[in-house]
Amino acid sequence: MTGMVALYIFMLAAFTGYEVISRVPVILHTPLMSGSNFVHGIVLVGAMVALGAAHTPLEKAIGFVGVLLAAGNAVGGYVVTERMLEMFKSSGRGGPGKGSR
Amino acid sequence: MASAWLSPSQAMLAIDASYFVTAVLFIVGLKRMSSPVTARSGILWAGAGMAVATAVTFFFPGMTNYGLIGAAILIGGVLAAVSGKRVAMTNMPQMIALYNGMGGGAAAAIAAVELYRGETHSYGALALAVGGGIIGAVSFGGSVIAWGKLEGVITRSLRFAGQQIINLLILVAALVVGGLIIAGQGGAGLVTALFVLSLLLGVTMTLPIGGADMPVVISLYNALTGLAVGFEGFVLGNAAMIIAGTVVGSAGTLLTQLMARAMNRSLGNVLFSGFGDTGGEATGTVSGSLKPIEASDVGVMLAFAQKVIVVPGYGMAVAQAQHKIWELCQLLIDRGVTVRFAIHPVAGRMPGHMNVLLAEAGVPYDLIADLEEINAEFDTADVALIIGANDVVNPSARTDKSSPIYGMPILNADRAKNVIVIKRGKGAGFSGIENALFYLDNTRMLYGDAQKAGAELIQAVKAIG
Repeated sequence: MTGMVALYIFMLAAFTGYEVISRVPVILHTPLMSGSNFVHGIVLVGAMVALGAAHTPLEKAIGFVGVLLAAGNAVGGYVVTERMLEMFKSSGRGGPGKGSR
Repeated sequence: MASAWLSPSQAMLAIDASYFVTAVLFIVGLKRMSSPVTARSGILWAGAGMAVATAVTFFFPGMTNYGLIGAAILIGGVLAAVSGKRVAMTNMPQMIALYNGMGGGAAAAIAAVELYRGETHSYGALALAVGGGIIGAVSFGGSVIAWGKLEGVITRSLRFAGQQIINLLILVAALVVGGLIIAGQGGAGLVTALFVLSLLLGVTMTLPIGGADMPVVISLYNALTGLAVGFEGFVLGNAAMIIAGTVVGSAGTLLTQLMARAMNRSLGNVLFSGFGDTGGEATGTVSGSLKPIEASDVGVMLAFAQKVIVVPGYGMAVAQAQHKIWELCQLLIDRGVTVRFAIHPVAGRMPGHMNVLLAEAGVPYDLIADLEEINAEFDTADVALIIGANDVVNPSARTDKSSPIYGMPILNADRAKNVIVIKRGKGAGFSGIENALFYLDNTRMLYGDAQKAGAELIQAVKAIG
């Protein structure tokens, strides 16, 4: 990937991020923050590649921590976002006591 | 692994194509998450993208250490899944902070592996690795502190004279060390110094910030982690990381601004002013007296009202009273009372948090209104029922220029015919400011734990029959 192409990708992705959520209502701020937190869990693939190419014990140790943290980011981010969004529903009929906590 | 049936270049092509699909799934997922109707499916789309990307990465040409990779994913994934399932909805903000910090730490770890290896030589790649490493480490250190503060592990806000100068010095030192590394003066010592300084910066930057401002800070670190992931994506030539990281970086920046605006704070103010949990001296003179009321009287008032607006605050969530309150509201709705929930942007621990807590109790989102939407309606409401909310309904924000919350948009609960405040004790709010609303002529105080008060009100309304 050449530098210029990378720069274009960066610019377009930045605009995309801005546009995609520019009209979000306040009620979704917390779930959306959590959702975008999940999306940067993609760092997992980078950490896997880094650990996969590690040779010295130091590289392996840091790479291991990296993959562990990244997996935590991705899995944890998914679980909590899913839990929050699962609860959003409109007033068809929603009785109380759904969900024990 | 894949080399048996695909050449390395073919495998790479297939992986890149899969990353492209992942990027599309992420963007569609985020888009769907920005509307309440489609939000639920958004996370499923994004989740599918993550699954695809993770699976194909195992087939990366030349990969080794499969055992270590599998073990790390298993340990990290299981720990996060268990903690994510268990965490109470009230503690969600600090949990997000923690997961976000882990992402930042992972980005920093990638940078560390690259820099310690010392095989990256182009200035551009080195600069991106260093930049992503600094940002990721700051986000990691800062997020852990943010988690500690909201979780109550760290209770004091460390502040001293010249703090900003020391933070600035640490930043400059990190940048100088980073510059030396980029200039090719590498070496393990400098790389270690870079990460120690960056972690330290994240910690010292976050320590003085008060609990009330923490959501904005968490959102900022979320954006920063995205940026760090994007930078490391450039270093690794990984398009999925570049796109997803950059999208989160810009979306997160916008979200941070929206949150800061909702709280009437500027970002600079949040980061450098140190207001947020002490609030300052109880300013403003409040005249009048607090007038208590019995639950049975409130029950009658509610049952025969035409319109009731409920203003929930964090105190309600702490008492886990949202189920009781919704049960009460259903009784009222069955009697023909119009019930709305008015949510201030900072009603929970962060914008939108209270909506999540109400949704958990089963309150449909179309009964819940934002500040702009509902404020005109207080004039026609018979009862404003304030539950565990304080600063967000303090009329001093409109009138008292000496008040620390002056200028913050508030819910106009004082304009309702009757105001009922359910409150545990006589103390001041989160910011430590006395609330003029409680002393108004049309305000009555119902003292007690929100859960207990809710149960009493249900009894009172049922007794009317």
